[in-house]
Order: sequence, then C-alpha cells, then structure tokens
Amino acid sequence: MIKLRELPKEELIYGHLACAGCGGMLAARMAMKVLGRNTMLVAPACCVMAVSCFYPQLPMKVPYLISSFPGTAAVISGVVAGLKRKGRSDIRVVGLAGDGGTLDIGLQALSGAVERGENFIYICYDNEAYMNTGSQRSSGTPYGARTTTTPVGSGNKFEDRPKKNMFDIMVAHGIPYAATASIAYPQDYMNKVQKAMEVSGPAFIHVLAPCSPGWGLAAEDTVSIARLAVETRLWTLKEYHEGQEKVTHKINKPKPVIEYLKRQGRFSHLDQQEIDRIQAQVDSRFV
Amino acid sequence: MDNKKLFLDGNSAVAYAVKLASAEVISAYPITPQTKIVEKLAEYIANGELDAEYIKVESEHSAMSACLGAISTGVRTFTATSSHGLAYMQEMLHYISGGRFPVVMAVVNRGFAPPWNIWVDHQDTISTRDTGWMQVYVETGQEALDTILQAYKIAENPQVMTPIMVCLDAFILSHTSEIVESLDPQEVDKYLPPYQPQIIMDVDNPLTLCAGAGPDSYMEFRYAQQMAAIKAKKIIKEAAEEFKTRFQRSYGDLVEPYRLEGADIVLVTLGSMSGTVRVAVDELRQEGLMVGMLKVRYFRPFPGEEIQELRGRARVIGVLDRNISLGYEGALYTELKAALYHGEHRPLLKNYIVGLGGRDITVEEVKDIFRELSDLSGKEEYGQRIKFSGLRWSE
Repeated sequence: MIKLRELPKEELIYGHLACAGCGGMLAARMAMKVLGRNTMLVAPACCVMAVSCFYPQLPMKVPYLISSFPGTAAVISGVVAGLKRKGRSDIRVVGLAGDGGTLDIGLQALSGAVERGENFIYICYDNEAYMNTGSQRSSGTPYGARTTTTPVGSGNKFEDRPKKNMFDIMVAHGIPYAATASIAYPQDYMNKVQKAMEVSGPAFIHVLAPCSPGWGLAAEDTVSIARLAVETRLWTLKEYHEGQEKVTHKINKPKPVIEYLKRQGRFSHLDQQEIDRIQAQVDSRFV
Repeated sequence: MDNKKLFLDGNSAVAYAVKLASAEVISAYPITPQTKIVEKLAEYIANGELDAEYIKVESEHSAMSACLGAISTGVRTFTATSSHGLAYMQEMLHYISGGRFPVVMAVVNRGFAPPWNIWVDHQDTISTRDTGWMQVYVETGQEALDTILQAYKIAENPQVMTPIMVCLDAFILSHTSEIVESLDPQEVDKYLPPYQPQIIMDVDNPLTLCAGAGPDSYMEFRYAQQMAAIKAKKIIKEAAEEFKTRFQRSYGDLVEPYRLEGADIVLVTLGSMSGTVRVAVDELRQEGLMVGMLKVRYFRPFPGEEIQELRGRARVIGVLDRNISLGYEGALYTELKAALYHGEHRPLLKNYIVGLGGRDITVEEVKDIFRELSDLSGKEEYGQRIKFSGLRWSE
C-alpha cells in the first residue's frame, strides 16, 4: 500500500508544456512518484510526449526515449533486452502512451510484448480520443461522444460504437497484472503502479485521464469529472492479478450518467433518449 | 590465424559474421529469403555459441523498434529483413538514423509485390535511399561476411554514428553456397572492439533521446547527419584498409574497380551481377575489346569522387540497374550522371534495366551490352539511353 504522506517530494516531471488541468500529465506525474528514479520511460507520439520532448525544454528527470507511434511496446522490448545484457534487472522500463497509441496503432506491438512475457510496465493514459492532434475519435472514444471525426450533423450523429475493452484484451493475453485506474483516485492508482512494479513480467494499467479542451471542461474540472466517471459506473476501477479479477473501488450508490454527461461539451448534443440508452448500457453491465 | 574453410550460403555467412561481431541483441522476424539468417542466429544462441538476447518480435516494424530500444541502452544490435519487411519498417529506419544509432542490418534484396515475387531485385533497398542509412551492396558470400564486420566498425565510429544496411542479392547470394574462409575470433575482436556508445539511456545520467527539435534547430540536426555521412567515406576506406592488413582480403572500399586500366567502355554495377560482368570483361578483353567494370559498393554515402575519376578515361559508361525509378530511369544511373555533370570530358552514357524480379543476367547478355555500348555515337535521343535489357516484349 502506498502511503500518500510518504511519497517523495521530488518531481520527476517538471517544466512541461501541457494544458492546465491535463489529466494525462497528472497520471504520468503520479506514476513517477511511485516509480522513482530507477525508471526508463518510453513514449510514442501522444500528448505527454508532445509537451515533454522539445529541446531545450526537457522535463523528464529519468531516461526518456521517444518511440514511433506504433512501436512503443516493441521499443520497450529492446530496452528490456539491452538492460538484461547489462545485468540491470533493477531498472524499471515503463511505457507511457495514450489511447490511440495503445488501443489503436500500438496494439500489435503491445500484444507482442505482453505475449512474450517481458518485464515492463505499460501505462495507457486514456483521454478517449486523439487529443494531441485536436480530438479525433479513437477506439477508446465512448458511445455518444462528439469528436472532430465524429461530428454531430444531419447525416452523422456522433461516435456510434462503444469503447474498446482493453482490460479484457490484456487479461486474454494471460498478463500477470492488469488494472484500470483513474486520476481522481490517486491512492487506488498508485497502489496499482506499486503492484505493477512487484509482479514479474508485463503489467498494464489503463488510467482514465480527462482532457479539458477535448472533453469541453473547465481546467479545474478534470479530476471531478474523472471521479464522476467512476461514480456513475461508466468507468470501473478493477484489477487482474494471479488469475483473479476484482473491483478495487465498489460503487454502492451509483449516480445517474446524466450527471457525468451534462457537464461535458462533447456530450452536449445528447437528447434524453440517448442518455437513457447510455444509462441502460451501464445498468445492463451490473445486473 | 585460423583460416578454416567453410561451405556456406550467403545467409549463413551473414549469421556467422554476426556471431563473430558478438552482437548482443538480435530482433528476429521471418521473411523469405532472409529467414535463414535469423534461424542460424537462433541456433547459435541455442547451442551456446553466441551469448545474446534474441527478441522474437511480431513484425518488421517491431523488429526495428526493438533495435531502437536495445541500442539506446548501448548494446550492439542486429536484425535482418527483405523487401516488404524493409518497407514495413521504413518509419523506424528514420528513428534509427535520426537518433544516430549504429544498427547494422542485413537486407536480402527481393522484389516488391504485386506482381508477387521473392527473387532478387534492388527496388527494396533503393526505395529506402533517403532514410539516412548507409547502404553497401556485396558480390559474394565472403564479401557479405567481411562487410558485416566492417559495417559495425564504420557505423560505431564516433565520427559516424550512422546505421548501415548490408545488401545481398536474394538466392544468388542468400541461398547459394560457396567456400567461405572463416576468421580468427580473437583477431576479429582486435579489429572490432566492443561498442563504446557515447549517449545512452542511463539512470545516473538521464537524457531524453530522439527528442523533438523545432524550426530553430531541426536543420542543424540534419546537417550533422550529412557531415557524418560524408566523413564516413574516409572511415569506410580506413576500415577496408585495416581489414586488408589484418585479414588479407579486400573488395575495394566505396567502389571496387575491375580492369579499368585503358578501359574505353565501363559498366557500373551493384551487387552479385558484378561477378557476371567480371567474366564478360575477361572474355571481351581476350577478344581485344578494351572494357572494364566499376562495382559500386556503397550507394550511400555515394562515391561521387570515385565516379568522377572515370572522366577523361572511359569514352562510354553503361550503368546496370536492378531497379527502376518508374517514370524516370534506374537509380544508380541518375546518381552517376549527377556525379559526372561538373567538369569537362563527359563520357557517353546509357542505362540498362536488368534482372528485375530475379531474371537471370547472363554473361552473353552483358557482352551484348558492352558491344552495343561500343557502337554508341552520342547522337542518340534521350529515350534511347534507357533500355530494358532482355525484355520479352517487343516495344
């Protein structure tokens, strides 16, 4: 268990260019608090990378390798192999990628690296669209969301497919550890980073990280919206470890999804019928 | 010195060289006709003959991605591919060269589909000309073996820090066995000491690698790469010279001239076709025709100066291209013409597109080309300067 009070004061990401209230950067920062200096980071094109790689403003205080968009997990495999050659099993190799870089273009490489059972941690911070390029839908975009490639018009409603279930995909690989997390639950999230460090073999953490410009939120609302995603049960905090799946934060009195949806610009077009449809989808998962 | 003679095909010769080079991380994905290289390396590791990490990646894109990760920790790295595999990893080729990582890769040259084809053709590597990799084409299995060792020495030179692809022709080299002389591993270690990286992933000295550069500094990064590639010409020559001194074998350096003394007509070649041209040159010289060959080994960095030396010596130069830049001409021909542009005494030139998709290039065909070149008047139209040799359709 992580003790929040005992976390190091030292910031291992400092001086980045992210938007105010960036959920992705919060996810990265919290993870680094647990991972510490003995960490090597690999990140593909994504929001975190775009705001942290431009010479001379380089905020990462650990070794940091920029990967191609599809290549993250394969680059990680190479780093792991290189460190093995050098006898440095004490160093943690960590991937940090968005939903597009993980659920879409990076899925093949990630599948390969997890299947090979290499020792690494992969953190997908999920802002539910290609936010770095200005909000285009990814397979992580939820049903009902408006993005620039799923606009709301007379002939086209909005994103009409449900979010890809990455957690189950990782579980199906027989991965030693997989978890979902949220930036609104730091204790839960950081415990999971800690567990990922302790398992031998690959570990995957899928952390929901709202994006204020992309989701149509005030900068100060990213954490409260992330919390509402969990409270409405649109996002469930769970983990898979030693073959057992369990919910790590139970919601006994779920809030209606409308409380989550109505506060975001990306869902502002939804009528009551669509909101009811989303509520019914959630309810059906918890019967 | 251990001059043990082995009977190896080109793929096995490459794998043998990688073992001698003590590569530390190998990423492997199969594709015909390269596959035997990574199979052999897996065997060496399984037998305990090579101590290396072997990453069984799920694609060529990942093969080169894994090379990026591995070499960024400062270990000697190898992979191999062919045609579509090379095209698939193209994005990563830029990461490796732009990041200044001295990866050595063997590419067994093979045609692109469609039409589907697995035989020799240089279109694959020629298509990666501008990825910032050095490219060396070899003529024999022995040259493949020796060139892999030289390639590591050149790529890892602190003044170069640029990756190299060692290109060998499908089947003609990859699957044809020849007698290959081995090298004494201890002598190889002296020639090729362990990789001494300058910039790596290190928790005690954290750096951001493959970082971004805006319009205020991007050009300077490219300029540094260009300077390194130009400087590499000298390093290539030194590596060949030292190899010759130590192992008594030589293939020239950027180019290998053959019977250029007094040559009136010269054919310029790339790869295994050079062996065929050698025979044709010998036979025609016996007939009294003053012919010669310039084998281009390095396509990048390009041997512009060496080609300029042909000016004022050869009256006619023909270029054999096993590739075609569709809508223009063979790539080597274009480069050669550009190199000859400046200065006086421009020779007459003609381009032959030959042997695409594995079509055999015969001694008779090459002799016909030499004879045709000897009749060149210089009054030919532009279109008559490019010919698909041995075409089975009449135009």
